[in-house]
Amino acid sequence: MAERPPGERVRDFSEVDTGLSSGEAIAEAERCLQCRKPSCVKGCPVEIDIPAFVALIAAGDFAGAARVVKESNLLPAVCGRVCPQEVQCEGQCVLGVRESPVRIGELERFAADYERAHGILLPTRAEPTGKRVAVVGSGPAGLTAAAELARLGHTVILFESLHEPGGVLAYGIPGFRLPKEVVRAEIDQLRGMGVSILTNHLVGTSVPVSELLSFDAVFLGTGAGLPHFMGIPGENLSGVYSANEFLTRVNLMHADCFPEFDTPVRRAGRVVVVGGGNVAMDAARVARRLGARTTLVYRRRRKDLPARRVEVARAEEEGVDFVFCANPVRILGDQCVTGVECESMEVSGIGGSKRPEPVPVEGSRFVIEADMCIQAIGQGPNPLLVRMLPGIERGERGNVIADAEGRTSLENVFAAGDVATGAATVILAMGGAKRAARAMDRMLRGC
Amino acid sequence: MTLRFSRQGEDGILGYRIMEARQLAERIYQVWVEAPRVARNARAGQFLVLRIDEKGERIPLTISAVDGDSVRLVFMAVGKTTLQLSTLCPGDEIMDVAGPLGRPSEIRYFGHCVIVGGGAGIACCPIIARAARAAGNRVTGIIGARSANFLILEDEMGEACDELFVATDDGTRGHHGFAADLLKQVIARERPDRVWIIGPAIMMKVTSEVTRPDGIPTLVSLNPIMVDGTGMCGSCRVVVGGETRFACVDGPEFDAHRVDFDVLMARQRTYTGEEKLALERFSAHRCRCGGSESHG
Ligand SMILES: Cc1cc2nc3c(=O)[nH]c(=O)nc-3n(C[C@H](O)[C@H](O)[C@H](O)COP(=O)(O)OP(=O)(O)OC[C@H]3O[C@@H](n4cnc5c(N)ncnc54)[C@H](O)[C@@H]3O)c2cc1C
Ligand SMILES: Cc1cc2nc3c(=O)[nH]c(=O)nc-3n(C[C@H](O)[C@H](O)[C@H](O)COP(=O)(O)OP(=O)(O)OC[C@H]3O[C@@H](n4cnc5c(N)ncnc54)[C@H](O)[C@@H]3O)c2cc1C
Ligand code: SF4
Ligand code: FES
Repeated sequence: MAERPPGERVRDFSEVDTGLSSGEAIAEAERCLQCRKPSCVKGCPVEIDIPAFVALIAAGDFAGAARVVKESNLLPAVCGRVCPQEVQCEGQCVLGVRESPVRIGELERFAADYERAHGILLPTRAEPTGKRVAVVGSGPAGLTAAAELARLGHTVILFESLHEPGGVLAYGIPGFRLPKEVVRAEIDQLRGMGVSILTNHLVGTSVPVSELLSFDAVFLGTGAGLPHFMGIPGENLSGVYSANEFLTRVNLMHADCFPEFDTPVRRAGRVVVVGGGNVAMDAARVARRLGARTTLVYRRRRKDLPARRVEVARAEEEGVDFVFCANPVRILGDQCVTGVECESMEVSGIGGSKRPEPVPVEGSRFVIEADMCIQAIGQGPNPLLVRMLPGIERGERGNVIADAEGRTSLENVFAAGDVATGAATVILAMGGAKRAARAMDRMLRGC
Repeated sequence: MTLRFSRQGEDGILGYRIMEARQLAERIYQVWVEAPRVARNARAGQFLVLRIDEKGERIPLTISAVDGDSVRLVFMAVGKTTLQLSTLCPGDEIMDVAGPLGRPSEIRYFGHCVIVGGGAGIACCPIIARAARAAGNRVTGIIGARSANFLILEDEMGEACDELFVATDDGTRGHHGFAADLLKQVIARERPDRVWIIGPAIMMKVTSEVTRPDGIPTLVSLNPIMVDGTGMCGSCRVVVGGETRFACVDGPEFDAHRVDFDVLMARQRTYTGEEKLALERFSAHRCRCGGSESHG
């Protein structure tokens, strides 16, 4: 694995980790013990046959390895890069007890990148069934459902409201973690399988609900794109962004290349990012790349950070300052942001299985000077379309209620991914979508 | 120069074609764009978001009329994107058009409606006036501009409304003064049941004070900076009745008397420096390549 030095990578948006060479991949794959009861597979939400594909890499059959991975995972080049392997497959690998686990994520990515460079083999499609299926949203959930349904012989129309497909993979996760060519190649595969991708189509308005429900089946993969704000004074000053807005301006609209591209983003001297998840890390690292001194404020302790460990380490290497156990209470400024007033939080270790609630410490307020504040404190399910679906059952937080196979309270309407689970992960969205697609197939075939 | 983009579209359409383009007044232009899905589903008060080419910004514009598969946009060339749009000719294509977006105007029988348009905001008025009238309302129109040469859609508003009053700041056409003065006169004559005020933020702020003392239900159409236009970014947030709302999905129309216009105006100024730079760069480029002047 070659990680570019922090001083170099913080000046561009190219990928931080340049991947394994074939020699390194083979050497890493040879470390695998080929366990008879592989615990790594239990840690994988889509149960990739990990020992099998790792063995093929060790044997130098990289294309074969990619084929094995793709039996269970449509987007291995994406997942190899963004999955939290340390709590999934690698977290379970027996080698992890004594030494370090097999770098399964790196190997998955290696096989997928090899396949992309040497020509992707499209899956064969089943006999056309004559059934028409609408898939709403082109994030990992929608892409997976569309691919699976197309493979099973159904006619699939994929609607996406933005001008580019990919969901969070396109507008959220920055290119230095997930190059946009990788996402585009995965989407081209779908086109190759005959899926019609209609961008600029907001279902609910450009496509009325009556038209949507006229399809033989509907898959909802509309994600959790509604940004939450903290609800503190000063939040609507110019210079306060949601992470979604900030990342969309840069990743989707290329504001880092303003004025070559038309969309601007504030070029701040000092940025405060609020939050501790992957979204917060991405926002902070993008802010660094735009040249700002960047401070990340998180209300709990370092060990409570929900972001992937490797991304926290990289953010730190790239010069992001962390302030733990602190929470903003007010954003200062007249019309534009001049600072963020925070208060210290006390986080006690006790609290049972649940994460301990941070409690404000009285009289502990302090100010971080800043001309921009990015809030990355979470997103909720997109309410726009769901609100319009008559009689669909929703949970407290606005998520669509769906069973393990994606069935909702509406006949013929299935849902998976963040819209059903609330903000989660790429692989969970894909796993859910695949199960839903299989259930839809059974329903469409009437069995 | 003809711009063409390939887009995997339905009904065999590639890109969104400009069907007609012309200048209406000083710095104000209209284009008809072919966008069948938008045209089929649009209602009064809604807007669309367009992106001219792959380097372009996504900007919102109101759907000011619909005819068959096409929608009309009426806009003031104030910066890079609107200026670039004003140089497009019939046959050129816009890369992306998404809509209709936003909640439609609430139209039902109210009795007497007054629709006040200022500057480029007049663009949004005829479609609302026609819808209100179709619902059985009597509609009074008031339109105002800086000067006669900035005034648009006077004839169309005249036809859409039962009566129309015109004001210019410099007195070159109609009443010498502001649309707000005319609104006061109309109210003095008879209390309207519902008022719409659409124009620049400062004009909406000032004009909606006219209806506040009598508590006349008044709507304004807010124009904050937007990105996606679908509720995903929060760039468009506005403060209404002390609460934060997203104008693109909760609006764009809101109760005028509860809107915090100062927040709106401060947020609109977020990118003043960048907008100036983009405009200068575009103008310089146009001069260098002897770019076509906007069509008359
Ligand atoms: C910045 C960021 C970083 C992340 N990092 C990681 C990571 O490292 N690892 C990881 O596993 N997960 C990560 N996640 C989470 C992960 O990206 C999501 O869990 C995943 O994308 C969910 O997929 P989805 O398909 O359900 O929804 P999304 O990816 O959100 O896609 C939904 C799509 O539906 C479209 N849509 C919505 N409504 C409509 C409508 N009415 N009509 C048409 N289209 C519509 C949206 O425009 C969007 O494109 C990250 C998320 C963010 C925001
Ligand atoms: C719902 C809505 C409907 C609108 N309808 C019309 C209309 O029918 N006719 C019309 O002339 N104008 C309309 N506007 C305003 C129009 O969107 C802006 O004039 C346009 O974006 C300016 O872009 P520019 O690059 O030419 O100018 P810039 O130089 O970028 O900006 C000039 C001004 O436009 C505003 N602006 C810039 N970018 C955006 C953006 N992405 N979204 C919104 N505002 C922005 C800025 O606050 C600035 O004051 C509408 C705005 C909204 C929110
Ligand atoms: S648990 Fe580790 S060593 Fe065992 S098969 Fe899986 S990757 Fe190989
Ligand atoms: S424009 Fe993004 S939420 Fe309204």
